[in-house]
Amino acid sequence: MGSYIPSTPEQRREMLNFLGLSDTDALFDEIPAAVRVNALDLPKGQSELGVRRQMEAMAAKNRVFPTIFRGAGAYRHYIPSIVKSVTSKETFITTYTPYQAEMSQGVLQSIFEYQTMICELTGMDVSNASTYDGASAAAEAVAMCRERKRRVAYISATTQPDVIDTVRTYCWAAGEELVIVPEKDGRTDTEALSTLLNDEAACVYVQQPNYYGLVEDCEAIGQMAHEAGAKFIMGINPIAAAVLKSPGECGADIAVGEGQPLGLSLSFGGPYLGFMTATKAMMRKLPGRIVGETTDKEGNRAYVLTLQAREQHIRREKASSNLCSNQALCALAAGVYMAAMGPEGMKQVATQCMSKARYLAAGLEGIGLHRAHTGEFFHEFVTLCDHPQPLLDALEQAGILGGLPVEGGILWCVTEMNTKDEMDRVIEICREAMAV
Amino acid sequence: MKLIFEKSVPGRRLSLLPDCDVPVCKLPESLRRTTPIGLPEMSENELSRHYSALERRSFGVNNGFYPLGSCTMKYNPRINDEMSALPGFADIHPLQPVHTVQGALEALALAEQLLCEITGMDHMTFQPAAGAHGELTGILLIKRYHAERGDTERTEIIVPDSAHGTNPATVSMTGMTAVSIESGPDGRVDLDKLKAVVGPKTAGLMLTNPNTLGLFEKDILEITDIIHKAGGLVYYDGANLNAIMGIARPGDMGFDCVHLNLHKTFSTPHGGGGPGSGPVGCKDFLAPYLPRPVVEKEGEGYTLDYERPLSIGRIKTFYGNFAIVLRALTYVLTLGREGIKEASTQAVLNANYMRKKLSECYDIAYDYTCMHEFVMTLSGLKKEKGITAADIAKALIDRGIHPPTMYFPLIVPEALMIEPVETESKETMDEAIEALLDIYKVACADPESLHAAPLTTPVGRVDETAAARHPKLRYEG
Repeated sequence: MGSYIPSTPEQRREMLNFLGLSDTDALFDEIPAAVRVNALDLPKGQSELGVRRQMEAMAAKNRVFPTIFRGAGAYRHYIPSIVKSVTSKETFITTYTPYQAEMSQGVLQSIFEYQTMICELTGMDVSNASTYDGASAAAEAVAMCRERKRRVAYISATTQPDVIDTVRTYCWAAGEELVIVPEKDGRTDTEALSTLLNDEAACVYVQQPNYYGLVEDCEAIGQMAHEAGAKFIMGINPIAAAVLKSPGECGADIAVGEGQPLGLSLSFGGPYLGFMTATKAMMRKLPGRIVGETTDKEGNRAYVLTLQAREQHIRREKASSNLCSNQALCALAAGVYMAAMGPEGMKQVATQCMSKARYLAAGLEGIGLHRAHTGEFFHEFVTLCDHPQPLLDALEQAGILGGLPVEGGILWCVTEMNTKDEMDRVIEICREAMAV
Repeated sequence: MKLIFEKSVPGRRLSLLPDCDVPVCKLPESLRRTTPIGLPEMSENELSRHYSALERRSFGVNNGFYPLGSCTMKYNPRINDEMSALPGFADIHPLQPVHTVQGALEALALAEQLLCEITGMDHMTFQPAAGAHGELTGILLIKRYHAERGDTERTEIIVPDSAHGTNPATVSMTGMTAVSIESGPDGRVDLDKLKAVVGPKTAGLMLTNPNTLGLFEKDILEITDIIHKAGGLVYYDGANLNAIMGIARPGDMGFDCVHLNLHKTFSTPHGGGGPGSGPVGCKDFLAPYLPRPVVEKEGEGYTLDYERPLSIGRIKTFYGNFAIVLRALTYVLTLGREGIKEASTQAVLNANYMRKKLSECYDIAYDYTCMHEFVMTLSGLKKEKGITAADIAKALIDRGIHPPTMYFPLIVPEALMIEPVETESKETMDEAIEALLDIYKVACADPESLHAAPLTTPVGRVDETAAARHPKLRYEG
């Protein structure tokens, strides 16, 4: 059996003798006999090599696609070598939440730098140290806007379905009404929104670019929210933020999003990274960990977890969130990614995503796979297709993970990872499959 | 040390991407971002040195003893990280067709089976990303259970005053009311006080067992019975499961659902605050309410079942922190039947060894045989010498030891909570005991000197009050 216990049988005996106990069973005398178990029905333990073989066998049953044109909330981007090299450092991996500031300045500074970078990207004033993922960040953002007399949240139907589902769960939990704002031609129906908004509106949530990859008119939606006295929340793609009008520029009160595109692998859906930012006015409503700058008693610059009066370990049942961790290692990866890319690199990735998506969209258009919507998009788009499966099967056979089948069509995603050759192959394979 | 922004030089950059191989497009001006993005401009060498310097100014389990009570800072086996990073796991898209991810679904199903066996539960979801997220999920299962039965008057969740702050905060997030009960004189749930608060409004009880004082709730069968008879359900906060694996199971104690902290009990790393994983297990009758989708066996293979009409819905995208679950699975497969029990046994032995050794000088709150952790109170020393729990903690830093959890649980004044875990050697514990006993002597002889600690760290004690009063949460240039 495998074990990570350094104590030898002799040392164990020595410790038991010191405690005046005859055997280890005596340690558990207070556990009633009725709930004691004899043996668990678990497999026998194994050596490291044995376990490795078992895990590798399971991994081998998954198919890794060398070419991916699927996004819909999880995006394959290039991860610079330096990112994994930094996040593989043992101390970053094994350290705890930096409660003991004096011996955790490195982690605290890395979070402070991450907060700054996320503020820069979103154009917002303050950021927390991150949360679980984009969906829970959206749900926490909605919770930040809840007031005694404002208990209706609005979310656009063009939002990623997982995010809507998660926000719905959190709203149901808290007894807040959630209104789904209908879509029109793939975008948020602003006319419908203006009729739906009432004086109990707490917030309006819009995803930019939206689930179909389309660019929403966020400034207009934000203005409508504000006119109704509600807060405006944007859920953004952090890569797109390098070229699209930022939440700060659109007048958002809160901006959140899925940070996975910033240097995190797909990993079958997690761990990812929820980033959360807000205006200064909403700073004290931000949930989760936040790092601030201060000084030590000699006056040296130092960093520390701050604004803890918001948090559950102090406020207990009066806290508005139970969030008490962050995705520090993922935030670290995102920080290294953004620093490695720099402002120009971020723009380069975004521009390549957008340019290549347009190339594929045009190519597919050319073989009769027409776009479902008109207007500007970022790196995702929907083509109309009544029977997507034969196309996707043909692509799969060629080692290509095609777009995601959605109602009435296929949702494609193109990133800087996709080459012109790959896209030409997709177009050719689809053409052949459609001809059958 | 300089911030990364202070090291930035305009024009410096890495060469990461080839030129675009298709015509370059731009967004129309009206949609374009105009504000510059103030990210650092660095070379790779400088980046590497910057983060190496930050690593040196941090402290992990790899650097030394970490007896942080309630956090179970056990050794994080490296094989776990390596297995989770296998391309067959790390490079698969969450929305691939299920026939191309059978290994991933098998891993989730196997982890569910093994962890259900350890906890005595019937089903498990891996969607929750952390313990607090698991609490939210579990309490929502209870809320949905009562709602489905039309039992809408049940709005109270009982929480002992020794509980983690997340428990009452979770209850508030679910629109219910946390009812706090005072612990009895022995540090455990007081049955009379419990009986006095249960009633037709009781939706459930959240309980950590062993509790945060490191004591096993020996009346556990009576406790769960009282709640069940009142019509409520019982939630197991799995923060302290490391004490009882292979010895006793929450499912046999009458708990209806549990959350686990894979980053505590199941050896996955803490990562400086995450990512963790907080799976929730439940008994059969709560399974219809689990978050969707659920992994199901179908013939020879596995599938994802989204058709769950009674589900509480989602609490996260996709299927949870998959790569963390893989680490925990690797760990359970390594330890196996005997190793799992041995881990808990050794954890409890180590805690009792340290408790008895330290009781020479220090006051132990509720000084009985403990489980995997125990709590010391420094209130005597504070009264006599003006030395606080924080002073002792900071002095430990200078001796290369991460301090215990401070000022928790709240019911013990000047608390220091010590959890040595099973992966620490007797020599390491003996050194820490010696350090603590020595610090005690210094506290008695020269208390003033301890207020200055720590002296060996890059910065001295930080001004938390100033940080909160004038929040500076980002670099401003």
